[in-house]
Amino acid sequence: MNQRRPFFVTFLAPAIVTAVILAAAMFEVLQYSVREFIPGSLNVGGFTLDNFVRIQRPIYWWVLLDTFYISLLTAIFALVLSYPVAYALVRARRDWVRSLLVSLSITPLFTGEIVRTYSWMLMLGSDGFVNSMLQKISLIDMPLQIMYTRFGVVVALVQYSMPVMIILLATAISHVDRDCEKAAANLGANPSAVFWRITLPLTMPGILSGIVVVFAWTMSAFSTPQLIGGGKVLMIANLAYLQGFSVLNLPFAATLSLIALVSALGSLVLMKAVTGRLERRLAIS
Amino acid sequence: MRLFAFWSLVAAILAYMTIPTLVVLMTSVNPTEILAFPPEGVSFKWYQKAVTYPDFQIAFKNGLIVTSCASTLALIVGSAFAWLVHRYDFAGRRTLEAVLWSPLIIPHFTLGFGFLLLGGAFQLQQGYTFVVLAHLVLLMPFVTRAVYVSLANVDPNLALAAANLGAPPFQVLTRIELPLVLPGMAGGWLIAAVLSLTEFTASLYVTGSRTQTLPVAMYNYIREYADPTVSAISSLLIIATTIIMFIADRTFGLRRVLAIDAH
Repeated sequence: MNQRRPFFVTFLAPAIVTAVILAAAMFEVLQYSVREFIPGSLNVGGFTLDNFVRIQRPIYWWVLLDTFYISLLTAIFALVLSYPVAYALVRARRDWVRSLLVSLSITPLFTGEIVRTYSWMLMLGSDGFVNSMLQKISLIDMPLQIMYTRFGVVVALVQYSMPVMIILLATAISHVDRDCEKAAANLGANPSAVFWRITLPLTMPGILSGIVVVFAWTMSAFSTPQLIGGGKVLMIANLAYLQGFSVLNLPFAATLSLIALVSALGSLVLMKAVTGRLERRLAIS
Repeated sequence: MRLFAFWSLVAAILAYMTIPTLVVLMTSVNPTEILAFPPEGVSFKWYQKAVTYPDFQIAFKNGLIVTSCASTLALIVGSAFAWLVHRYDFAGRRTLEAVLWSPLIIPHFTLGFGFLLLGGAFQLQQGYTFVVLAHLVLLMPFVTRAVYVSLANVDPNLALAAANLGAPPFQVLTRIELPLVLPGMAGGWLIAAVLSLTEFTASLYVTGSRTQTLPVAMYNYIREYADPTVSAISSLLIIATTIIMFIADRTFGLRRVLAIDAH
C-alpha cells in the first residue's frame, strides 16, 4: 500500500487535522446555537430551540431583511459598474492598458477591509472628500449626511466587492467565442445588437456567479456596516457581534452566525443549480 | 464617439474605485488634524506618531508572529494536500476538498466566533494558538490553489522519466517536482501572508488585548480618535501590499495563480 502510494499518509494527515479543527470550530457554533442563555454568565444552559424562536421577533427580522436588501443592492450595483471594466480589461488591444486595468481593479482586494473601510470614512464624512468637493463647486451649502446611512454603507460595499466581480466577469468574457460575435456582425447586426444579443447572454453564467458571490459576501460584511453604519445600520454580522460582546448572549450570537453561514451556503448551492442549467442550455443552442 | 463614451465610463468607474485610496494617502501627509482637500502642506508627523504609538508597535509584532506562523503552516499543509489531490484519487477526497475550500464561503465572523468558542473550550483564548489556527484555515484555499495550478502546469513525463531512470519517490519529489512548483509555492505564500496581515473580522473575534493584530488595533483606534494617524498606517499598508503584489505578479505570475489572466 505504502509502496504504491508514496507519501500518501504523510501528506494527508496535516490536511485532515486542519479539516477536523475547522469542523470542530463550526460544530461549536452549532452547539452554542441550541443552548440556553443564562443572563449574566458566560456559561450556557441545557439544550433549547429558543434562540431560533427569538429570531422571529420583529427587531431581529428587520435586521435580517435589511441585510438581505443591502446585499442585493450591492450585488446589482457591483455588477452594473464592473461589467464595463471587465469588458475593457479583456478586450483592450494594448498590453499596457490591460495591465493598468488589472492593477487598478485588483490591487484594492489586497489592502484589507479595515484600510478600505477607513478610506470610505474619509470620503463620506461631513468634512470628507465628497462633501468638500461638492461644496467647492458650490453644488451644496451644507454637508450631506452620507455617513451612518444605508446609502453610505452600500456605496462603500459596492467598491469593496468590485474586484471579485471584475475577476469573475473578466473570466466569463474571455471565454466568449469571438467567432459568434463576428458571425452576428457579418449577418448585419450592429455593435450594440452584437453586445446585447450575443456577448451578454453568453456571459450569463459569469454574471450569475458574480451576483451570488458578491451577495453572499456582502451578507457577511462586518467592518463596513460597523464603521460606516456606526450603529445606525445593522447587518447580521453587527447584530451577532453586539449580542456576543455587549449583551454576552453567546447562544444567540451563535444562532445569528449560523444563519449567516446557512444563507451563504444556500445562495451558493442555488447558484450551482442555476448556472449548471444555464451552461447546459448555452451548450445545446 | 461611441468608443470615447465607453472609455470615459470605464475611467469614471475606475476613479470611484481608486479615489478612496488616494484620499488616504493625501490625508496622511496633511499637517492639520482636520481633513483638508487638497492637503494644506506636506508633513510626516502622523507617520511618526503611527510608528511610535505603542499599541500599533505591539500589534505589528503580533501580526508578524501570526502571519509568519499561519502562512508558513498553510504553505506546508496546502502544498502537501495539493500534491496529493494532483497525484491520487482516494475515498473521501471530495469531502476533504470541500471542507478545506469552505472558508471561502463561511462568513469570517462565523469562523472567528467558532474559533473563539473552540479556544474557550480548551482554555486557550489568551494565546496565539487559535489566532494562528483561524488564519491557517482561512489561508488554506489560496495556497492550495496556487500550488495546484503550478502542479497542473508541470509536464507529468518529467516525474515519470526520473522514476524510470531509477529515482526513488523521495528523489523525484525533491529533485524534480519541488523545484518546478517552487514559484507557485512562493506566490501562494506571499498572497497568504498579505491576506493574513490584513485580515480583520475573524481576528477581531479570536485576538485578545495582548494578541491583537494590526487591523484590530487600527479598528480600536478609529473608534476612539479621529486624527490622521490611521491614514499614515493605512498608507504604509497600502504601499507595502502594492509592492508585494507587484513583486508577486512579476516574479510568480500572480494573475495565473489567481486565474484571472484574460488571455
